Amino acid sequence: MLSSATLGAEHSYLARRRARRAATLGYGAVMLVLLAISARVAEVYPATLAAGLPRVGEYFHKLLPTLRAEALFAGTQTEGSLAFWFYRLDSWAWLLFETSQIAALATLAGASLAFLLCFPAAANLAPNRAVYLLFRRTLELFRTVPDIVYALILVWAFGVGPLAGIFAIALHTVGALGKLFAEVVENADLRPWDGVRAAGGNWAQAVRYAIVPQVLPNFLSYVLLRFEINVRGATVIGFVGAGGIGQELYAVISFNYYEEIGAIILLIMLTVAAIDLASEQLRGWAAGRGA
Amino acid sequence: MSATAQDIARDIAELRARMPRAFGPSPRGRAARVLGWALFAAWLGALLWWFDFSPTRIWNGLSGLFVILRQMIPPSPGEHWDAILKGLAESVAMAFLGSTIAVLVAFPLGFLGANNVVINTLAHFSIRRVFDGFRGMDQLIWALAFVRAVGLGPLAGVMAIAAAETAVLAKLFAEAIENADNRQAEAVTAVGGGRLLGIRFGLLPQVFPVMLAQYLYQIESNTRSASILGVVGAGGIGLQIAERIKVRYWDEVLFIILLILVMVAIIDTLSAMVRRRLIGG
Repeated sequence: MLSSATLGAEHSYLARRRARRAATLGYGAVMLVLLAISARVAEVYPATLAAGLPRVGEYFHKLLPTLRAEALFAGTQTEGSLAFWFYRLDSWAWLLFETSQIAALATLAGASLAFLLCFPAAANLAPNRAVYLLFRRTLELFRTVPDIVYALILVWAFGVGPLAGIFAIALHTVGALGKLFAEVVENADLRPWDGVRAAGGNWAQAVRYAIVPQVLPNFLSYVLLRFEINVRGATVIGFVGAGGIGQELYAVISFNYYEEIGAIILLIMLTVAAIDLASEQLRGWAAGRGA
Repeated sequence: MSATAQDIARDIAELRARMPRAFGPSPRGRAARVLGWALFAAWLGALLWWFDFSPTRIWNGLSGLFVILRQMIPPSPGEHWDAILKGLAESVAMAFLGSTIAVLVAFPLGFLGANNVVINTLAHFSIRRVFDGFRGMDQLIWALAFVRAVGLGPLAGVMAIAAAETAVLAKLFAEAIENADNRQAEAVTAVGGGRLLGIRFGLLPQVFPVMLAQYLYQIESNTRSASILGVVGAGGIGLQIAERIKVRYWDEVLFIILLILVMVAIIDTLSAMVRRRLIGG
């Protein structure tokens, strides 16, 4: 016979479990209702989904090349060889290089501007609250508009080509990096700052000699991280005519050149992975310098 | 006075001779620095020339941009309020559905990619590299492909979000599972539970809050990206923006951009509320 204490404990455990199950069921029901509403709004019905999924499978299957093992390393004329699949590798490689340079230049421009804007946008260095709020809000404004929307607008102003894409990515980068930079500055040690100010340095000198040496390694690693993001962004701004591999990808997708789509996507994936790896190494080096 | 100044100058010269590195970089270091900046300048100059950054082009572009900005103000909703609101609702719905599907698919994949669940090193390495590869593909590329596969409309957008974010979430889930304390799962196995029960009662309770937080974050970030997928025809408010930019209704463009900012802010606030309630903090 179990003691009443044990029975009581068992009883309250069961009661708590019941309450938790009821809560889980409640959340689940809310989720289901929300999902049903979303499905209705987005016109995702079971029937359309059932009709769509096989076509997705079919489409992505067509992107795969027909390679033949015995002809794999034959020349560009042999159907089924790697060279036949990548027959325009030279122009694609050049476009990918252009894409990476668009991203690099846009990152450099955006980071330079963010560097200038981040010190007044840091709460501990801004001369007063009004300046701080002004710079913070400006950065937020730059950040909240996606780069592809900037690209859509700038293509009208600067014409089709990489120039519009560079400015578009740079504008978004200013906002994104400026905020991160300002947060790094807010975490900086202020004693060197007090030292320079006490020795008679003005605001700009104090920023240069007391703050910049502390924050530079962190800035560098954020810039590299942003560069990785911008490389991905630069692969698609060509969809709206702003340069890079995206324009070519848009064209081959529109014309249904299936095997070329697969080839370009594979090249993009490899390039992005390679740049990520290299940048990761550099970031490790920058972090080492900061320590 | 001048004698002291001379003394100081002599001292400085003597110190400089004794410890040259305290007064600046060595000649070799200085040469390396100059060379570095020269290479940088050459790279920059080459790019500016390649991408045609001529002053006239920039000036023309800026004046064109100024005209556009002047036409944007004041923002106006135009005559198609209903289409704009429908587009916004569609974007939110696409983000929600896409994130939910991505979480459901990434959940088992995350366990497959964690090295404390799948112990085979080769399998672990190749699964993770596949996740990495798919992460390299931007959502818009997926969207364009899905539009060609299932036609214009939000279904393509939902699929694009789900496909792109599955790889991201699978990697994050795998990392969360790897960081979990394995001893709890071992305890479950030790009292007689199988491998599956060990995962259910040993690992899952530890990683569930992380997964929930990631899910909420995905909804926020996908609300942003769902607002641009329409540019390639995958539904949502992006289609409305792209159409108005094509016909240069700049005042309506600015109005929609502002509405998107409001929508994103609302979703962020809601998600923060849910996060506080479910996870705390």
